[in-house]
Amino acid sequence: MASIKVHLEKCTGCTLCVKACAFGAIHMADRKAVIDMAKCTLCGACVAACKFSAIELEKAAGPKKDLTPYKDVWVFCEQKKGVIQSISYELLGEGRKLADKLGVKLCAVLLGHNMKEAAAKLGERGADKVYLADHPALKAYQDDPYTAVLVNLVEEYKPEAILCGATVIGRSLISRVAIKTNAGLTADCTGLDVDVKERLLLQTRPAFGGNIMATIIAPNHRPQMATVRHKVMKEAELQPGRLAEVVTKSYPEETYASRTRLLDMVEELSATMNISEADIIVAGGRGMGSKENFAQLEELAKVLGGAVGASRSAVDADWIPYSHQVGQTGKTVVPKLYIACGISGQIQHLIGMQSSKTIVAVNKDPDAPIFKVATYGIVGDVNEIVPALIKEFKRALNK
Amino acid sequence: MNIIVCIKQVPNTTDVRIDPVTNTLIRDGVESVINPFDAYAIEEAVRLKERCGGKVTVVTMGPPQAENVLKEAIGLGCDEAVLVSDRKFAGSDTWATSYTLACAIEKLEGYDVILCGKQASDGDTAQVGPGISTHLDIPQVTYVKKISEINDKAAKVERMTEEGYDVVEVPLPCLFTVVKEINTPRMPSLKGMMRAKSAKIAKWTAADLEADPAALGLDGSPTRVVKIFTPEARKGGEMISGTCDEVAKELVELLKGEVV
Repeated sequence: MASIKVHLEKCTGCTLCVKACAFGAIHMADRKAVIDMAKCTLCGACVAACKFSAIELEKAAGPKKDLTPYKDVWVFCEQKKGVIQSISYELLGEGRKLADKLGVKLCAVLLGHNMKEAAAKLGERGADKVYLADHPALKAYQDDPYTAVLVNLVEEYKPEAILCGATVIGRSLISRVAIKTNAGLTADCTGLDVDVKERLLLQTRPAFGGNIMATIIAPNHRPQMATVRHKVMKEAELQPGRLAEVVTKSYPEETYASRTRLLDMVEELSATMNISEADIIVAGGRGMGSKENFAQLEELAKVLGGAVGASRSAVDADWIPYSHQVGQTGKTVVPKLYIACGISGQIQHLIGMQSSKTIVAVNKDPDAPIFKVATYGIVGDVNEIVPALIKEFKRALNK
Repeated sequence: MNIIVCIKQVPNTTDVRIDPVTNTLIRDGVESVINPFDAYAIEEAVRLKERCGGKVTVVTMGPPQAENVLKEAIGLGCDEAVLVSDRKFAGSDTWATSYTLACAIEKLEGYDVILCGKQASDGDTAQVGPGISTHLDIPQVTYVKKISEINDKAAKVERMTEEGYDVVEVPLPCLFTVVKEINTPRMPSLKGMMRAKSAKIAKWTAADLEADPAALGLDGSPTRVVKIFTPEARKGGEMISGTCDEVAKELVELLKGEVV
């Protein structure tokens, strides 16, 4: 059984571990760290934080798996109605860098029906090789056949890493594949890198509530799997004419069997733009005060040709549907301009928008954390400033 | 119908404050609550029981104090509760967590529907629900926003997608992860709270689960943390002051060429 211990001779009493512990499990006694085992979850945050290697996490050594046959970086390319989704190009862009550092091939994996042409085109987005499974049962996503095909591919070709979008499809699929192939899986990575010597995928994501970043590895398991949210990575540039080798795979019919049956796919085109795609977002929070005040943001967004976003508290107050929520439990957005109105800037919100190019914050509290990330800050009453902004932008844009 | 709900206790994020000096979370006095997404799973389980008859069993894996969220779930209408708790589970990542919960579910007297929240608010992985269904080898539908039809054999549900929703038919037993659009959770009733107070919570340890010890806790977890750091803070910029009209004018001027 795994355990954790403090090497007292190495502990300097610096308290870095106390700060790192998300569970309040460490305190100092006689300038030495003491771990309260009733609270400790063996998460390893203190081990990573200690600069003196004074804390050791002991793990029972399982049967050693031979990791050497595993090579290449794979990207699961998501398609809907035969159209490759842009998340796939973002992952190919990132995957290309990782594959180059490791000196291996970047392979795209595409499951669908009548996708031969689309598969060949993935070379133009940086793929060296494309594994294609083309079958009517794979036309639209279903858990069973997609899992079975991907597990088969992994077992046959043994990739060392697989990247997948943190989308409805990606999250449902890759979680199943990770269990079946006994692989480590890290969700919603915001940064990826590799340790070339140890051939490790270094997966960085917000952890323990968000204001701490953790880098996670899966040292003894392959493939190493990570999901990444839409818009977090840059799309691979199009290189017209670049070719990829396409390997078309087919499997016995039972591989494509599905216990679930897809009866219909309904598109609900909302009247407003999808916030993940918008270049300009006007977002509001609790500080807007009421549903009526919040509606003003829609006018400002309309003037700017942008979309409306919201903090969790505005969504919880029912001022706007959940699909507009930005942040840890909502969407990650990277617009050119993000105008935050009456949003205090809780860490959970900042995670979802702080990579925006320009951030404008309007808030009545001069100490609101949102001002720490804002390019331009305005202290004042949102319900006076927003109408003034609508007027000025209308004038400037001749509307 | 045997309905199982898996829940997680999480820190109440609305209580979480950040220490301005160290930029770390201040957790003192932060209470543990039912993961907000799991509240919808509990409500849907109770509604299914009201619709089809049967029993709702709520299961959590966590430290001994996780008993409190189980009691809360009983107050909300669940019938029985199981706390899966053992030091041997410490350090579990989503692989080991879903394995442990799957072992616990197999020990229960059969199941028709398993419900989970779509993800936990503290980890946000959305991996444990699909992990459980895979370990149990049963079909799943994730991101369910409506259970339109259900009987002993099958269900018809709506799965939320980025563009709208899919209509999916699934045989039972199966696992659903649910989104907040599925219902509005009720408040605990007085009767429920009384029941919660006196409820007996079953407590299972690793030894009760007939699980492979090597697949539990940190030993059974493929992933581990190697480094933690505070993210580089984005630098705050310029403050604009003046009357409303003045600041509006100045902002438009500043954004000219860039976006306007």
